[in-house]
Amino acid sequence: MDGSSSDLKKVVNESGIEIQPLYGPEDVEESGGIEFIGEPGGYPFTRGIHKEMYRKRPWTMRQYAGFGNPVDTNKRFKYLIENGQTGLNVAFDLPTQTGLDSDNILAEGEVGRVGMAIDSLRDMEIAFDGIDLEKITVSLTINGSAAILIAMYLAMAEKKGYDVSKLRGTAQNDILKEFVGRGTWIYPVEPSIKLVGDTIEYCAQNAPKYSPVSVCGYHIRESGCNPAEEMAYAFCIAKAYADEVKARGLDIDEFAGRLSYNLNLFGNIFEQVAKFRAGRGLWAKIIKEEYDAKDPRSMWLRMIAGGGGGGLTFEQPEVNIVRGAYYALISALSGTQTMALCSYDEAYTIPTEYSARISLRTMQLLVEEMGLCDTVDPMAGSYYMETLTNQMRSKMEEIMAEIDAEGGVVEMIKAGELQNKVSGQAYQMQKDIDSGEFPKVGVNCYRVDEEEEHEVEFHPYDGKDAELQVESLNEIRASRDQAAVDKCLAQLKADAEAGKNVMPALVEAVKSYATVGEMTDTMVEIFGRYEEPIVF
Amino acid sequence: MSASDNSKIKILVGKPGLDGHDVGAKVVVRALMDAGFEVIYTGLRKTPSEIAQQALDEDVDVIGLSSLAGSHLLFCKKLKGLIDQYGLKEKLWLIGGCVPKKDHAELKNIGLDGIFPNGSKLEDIIEFIEKNAQVKEVA
Repeated sequence: MDGSSSDLKKVVNESGIEIQPLYGPEDVEESGGIEFIGEPGGYPFTRGIHKEMYRKRPWTMRQYAGFGNPVDTNKRFKYLIENGQTGLNVAFDLPTQTGLDSDNILAEGEVGRVGMAIDSLRDMEIAFDGIDLEKITVSLTINGSAAILIAMYLAMAEKKGYDVSKLRGTAQNDILKEFVGRGTWIYPVEPSIKLVGDTIEYCAQNAPKYSPVSVCGYHIRESGCNPAEEMAYAFCIAKAYADEVKARGLDIDEFAGRLSYNLNLFGNIFEQVAKFRAGRGLWAKIIKEEYDAKDPRSMWLRMIAGGGGGGLTFEQPEVNIVRGAYYALISALSGTQTMALCSYDEAYTIPTEYSARISLRTMQLLVEEMGLCDTVDPMAGSYYMETLTNQMRSKMEEIMAEIDAEGGVVEMIKAGELQNKVSGQAYQMQKDIDSGEFPKVGVNCYRVDEEEEHEVEFHPYDGKDAELQVESLNEIRASRDQAAVDKCLAQLKADAEAGKNVMPALVEAVKSYATVGEMTDTMVEIFGRYEEPIVF
Repeated sequence: MSASDNSKIKILVGKPGLDGHDVGAKVVVRALMDAGFEVIYTGLRKTPSEIAQQALDEDVDVIGLSSLAGSHLLFCKKLKGLIDQYGLKEKLWLIGGCVPKKDHAELKNIGLDGIFPNGSKLEDIIEFIEKNAQVKEVA
């Protein structure tokens, strides 16, 4: 439908698609029709991976949480569960994320600051004490040291008497995106991909209900790319992992069903909803046509659509509560499996109990009061939504073809080219915000006076927790069977050197109470350390 | 000051500690490059001594830090000792990122010349350097 009128300002969404003032059936037809929309629960799953979606069960609510030592974090977990949270999403501190023990000189001032400190299996046992891991599924936000932390989680669960072959849960474990944004890499690119492959292979064979990887468009979007690119890059990265595992002789249907995604929410509402719908269809197509999957579950794009931190502002922080509510709406309209929201204070600090509860209540409002669970894919059939879904899918395909033409996502990351491209986009966005070209409420329009601007309450950082953590680490080192630890670490080194899957050795090492730092250093001896390419 | 004058000013942009948030640092690097300055970016996870050593070796005029994970006070205190030790006291010293107001006075006391928390405009950073970098060189 040509609703255009010469006096209207041209509108182009962030993904580069021009938006018309009005859409009609002919626009849907022209963009590819409704052939690729299908029905919920059936290929290509554009409308949702399940037939009944939230009528059967609302999305899992999984606020990102963790700070201080495992005792502090265990309390916060219990607080969130008491308040109705249905899953856990664990934040680890930076030393844990980068493979350092809490007493490492490089960890000074960082222990327990942005997440929970974990040094050994003992810490994992304390963190999940009194939590029913069958009722509450746990997502570990861990990447560089993911193989170690997955081994630790599985060993902890086994020790507590759970059947690991039935254990559900997720690890983020998407190292390729860490090289582009977020930055908690440890080893060079190739061995890092190998380690992801090791975890997928190990879980497929030993913990088939566990999701060892959650591929993140999220952080690349935070780093500057647009929503269509967010999905395209995530798919390219997921394919790199799938190729790694396929090359080991596993069938796609043995592991693809346990791959999941972590995707971002901020930006234009309709563009995001179309992004998720389009992405779901495209991923199903890729897995079916390119990887020859037979099991429909392999084709499911299961996701956490959450966060939205990149859209939050320092200015007028309370307005972030409202932004968060719109992000939650986007997530619900998108048919997500799991939702988490950045809290209003997260532009400043890790969330307080108070702000985390507001985020949880925001999601609960949608379920209990707003009717978001009543019917499946409520945006379907809108001329605008269906047209945009088709256009977003085409965009994603174009971007993926461009990445392939430039040598593939792994090569681009190794050369620092993808990082350079994304940071160039972040720069352009900052210039557009500074100039007012890209409106941001409270930042470049509707500002308040300096005196009216105030900061949020800060989550306190207590150096005492870090001291306690180091004490507990020393106790573990003194009380464990050192000969057993040495033997396990030697086995880990031998397996790494021989190119074997290191997961069995890691699980044994973890059980001997070897520390995160010791296991990381052992693997660094063989794999080396990543050197960041600086490209502008 | 014109861009050609800016080319005489050399800036080190550093990422201290384990914090992996580098979007802001890289955006600032690009803005400073576009403004004509000579800019060196350290990359992630640098220790105070690595940053001080690089500032010394490269003979920079400005040291800029980007910190978003909350460990800025501790890091700046450590770097301050090295800055004094290496005779870098006269260099213009800036910090940006997640640096709350409550810490600004202490950072100024440590010796930070400019603080640019999230939400700062790129042109304000550029202007500050243009205005202050040379003044400090002369003094």
